[in-house]
Amino acid sequence: MAQPILDIQAITTCYGAIEALHEVSLHVETGEIVALIGANGAGKSTLLNSISGLNPPRQGRIVFDGRDVTHLPPEEKVRLGVSHVPEHRQLFSTMTVWENLMLGAYHRYRKTPKHQLDADLQRVFRLFPRLEERISQLAGTLSGGEQQMLAIGRALMAQPRLLLLDEPSLGLAPLLVKELFQVIASLRDQDVTIVLVEQNARVALDIADRAYVLETGRIVLEGMAATLRTDPRIRAAYLGGHMPETSKQT
Amino acid sequence: MKQWVKRKDRIAAFLSWRVILMLILTASLVLLLGARKNFGWQQYVQLTLDGLRGGTIYALIALGFVTIYNITGVINFAQGAFAMLGALLAITIDDWALLAAWPPAARLFVASLVAIVLTMLVGILIERLTIAPARDAEPLTHIIITVGVYIVIQGIALIIWGTQPYTLPAFTTLAQRDVTIRLGGLIIKGQSFWIWGTTLVSMVLLYWFFEHTMLGRALRACAVNRTAARLMGISPSRMSLFAFALAAALGALGGIVLAPATRPTYDMGLSLGLKGFVAAVMGGMTNPGAAVVGGLLLGSIENIGAGVTRAGFKDIFSFIILIWILLFRPSGLFGRPHTVEKV
Ligand SMILES: Nc1ncnc2c1ncn2[C@@H]1O[C@H](COP(=O)(O)OP(=O)(O)OP(=O)(O)O)[C@@H](O)[C@H]1O
Ligand SMILES: [Mg+2]
Repeated sequence: MAQPILDIQAITTCYGAIEALHEVSLHVETGEIVALIGANGAGKSTLLNSISGLNPPRQGRIVFDGRDVTHLPPEEKVRLGVSHVPEHRQLFSTMTVWENLMLGAYHRYRKTPKHQLDADLQRVFRLFPRLEERISQLAGTLSGGEQQMLAIGRALMAQPRLLLLDEPSLGLAPLLVKELFQVIASLRDQDVTIVLVEQNARVALDIADRAYVLETGRIVLEGMAATLRTDPRIRAAYLGGHMPETSKQT
Repeated sequence: MKQWVKRKDRIAAFLSWRVILMLILTASLVLLLGARKNFGWQQYVQLTLDGLRGGTIYALIALGFVTIYNITGVINFAQGAFAMLGALLAITIDDWALLAAWPPAARLFVASLVAIVLTMLVGILIERLTIAPARDAEPLTHIIITVGVYIVIQGIALIIWGTQPYTLPAFTTLAQRDVTIRLGGLIIKGQSFWIWGTTLVSMVLLYWFFEHTMLGRALRACAVNRTAARLMGISPSRMSLFAFALAAALGALGGIVLAPATRPTYDMGLSLGLKGFVAAVMGGMTNPGAAVVGGLLLGSIENIGAGVTRAGFKDIFSFIILIWILLFRPSGLFGRPHTVEKV
């Protein structure tokens, strides 16, 4: 098998004295969609923050594309091709849609010819036509769904090889969730590897190739998405008779 | 539309009955005091114009405060030192024997440019040596650091330049004596136009820089959402460096254009820095446009105040305004009363 694009080796990540992740190991192969599922507070966002460098691990190693990036800050990781769409979208709310998208390309702005940037912008607009209509609107005034599209579009402008998505379905209407996940699945076909954190385990497992289940900072289960969908433990905990909660407090 | 309603609300809040009452009371007091000196409208316009000269410089310094505060969260009390360094460095270079053969205009221009660049280097040094190592410290620590930095710079300036005042030739005449322009009964010094012109041009450039260049957008992005900015590859530490360089350049520019109109001394940064700070606070600390308005208002108010009372009282007014704002309008003249806006 080829070398994984992302190889996480027993990382432990803390907030002060509290361990939020305990010796978590996982790997992501090039071209995969890997889902991370788990209850509130399981440590899913913390794991993404560790990968992107916002909250580097205290112990363990993170290898991206054969290179040890454990302690690289996020502003340098994005140059290597890691883009993180964080929880709560984190848009530049007082700036326009266009400015947000262009800032997405900030790390390659100087090296990239203008027509290339325009082409990339058009690609984002093909995925999310609604953004083009609202190009000069302030990001903070977009609807929740549009903000999520902008957050993903902005990350795509960085031309990532690895895209970390933290709860893209949060606060979206079911129809929009379906649409969004089709777009996410289509990204895989454009050579973007994806790590997808979701409360909505059902839709996540639908498009993922493999999945990991986190519980209180540890990985308790992993496997092919198709297998996990039918796993009785998963069905009981995350796919129970009702839709899992999609709104939450932080 | 939404924006407009919000603005209307803000103007309404700004003009609450209490404020109107205060304005009327203050205005009557001013007129009463002015009447004792037989002031007509011309005197008031003259006082305002003269006040706007200093106010423009306060505005430039306030912009430095706002830029650094927005991008790094630090209130840089060493801001006034940039104005002093700009002025005294420009004077020293302009007087430099090696340049004596140059035409005075070229000498003045080069001296100003080099002074600005040197002051920017000082700003960069300050950031790297004192702010960057304490990046995650408490706001109070940052304040103590920047006040300390100011004292050190002023001390060094005292050693280099001594206590005597210096002079820089007026930009129009290139001599000590400036031209005066008479408009009706009003008298305006030539240097005032230089001060207004330079400030206006630099504000337009600044606006263009922040709105239309990628680096400007990155700086704003860092102010709006630091975490997101990092994820886009924008390094907050680099942006902090830019902010200090920019603020230093603004301060130095202010000091240089002001120099022919005053007599720069090693300690001129203290009052300029304080007034720039008051202007920034009047504008709510985060809004560049409001800080400029704050600077212009402060300059006119203190000059009218000093005019109707006595010149020695001039500095008192900025403190009265500062205390009033902190008590009643912590988010600035144009912010919502009693709430602090935070980015
Ligand atoms: N800044 C912080 N300071 C202290 N503890 C934190 C911080 N952020 C997260 N935690 C704790 O770390 C644990 C994991 O949090 P994390 O945000 O990674 O959970 P999550 O799986 O993303 O949950 P959710 O589904 O609610 O987003 C939680 O117990 C949380 O309280
Ligand atoms: Mg989370």
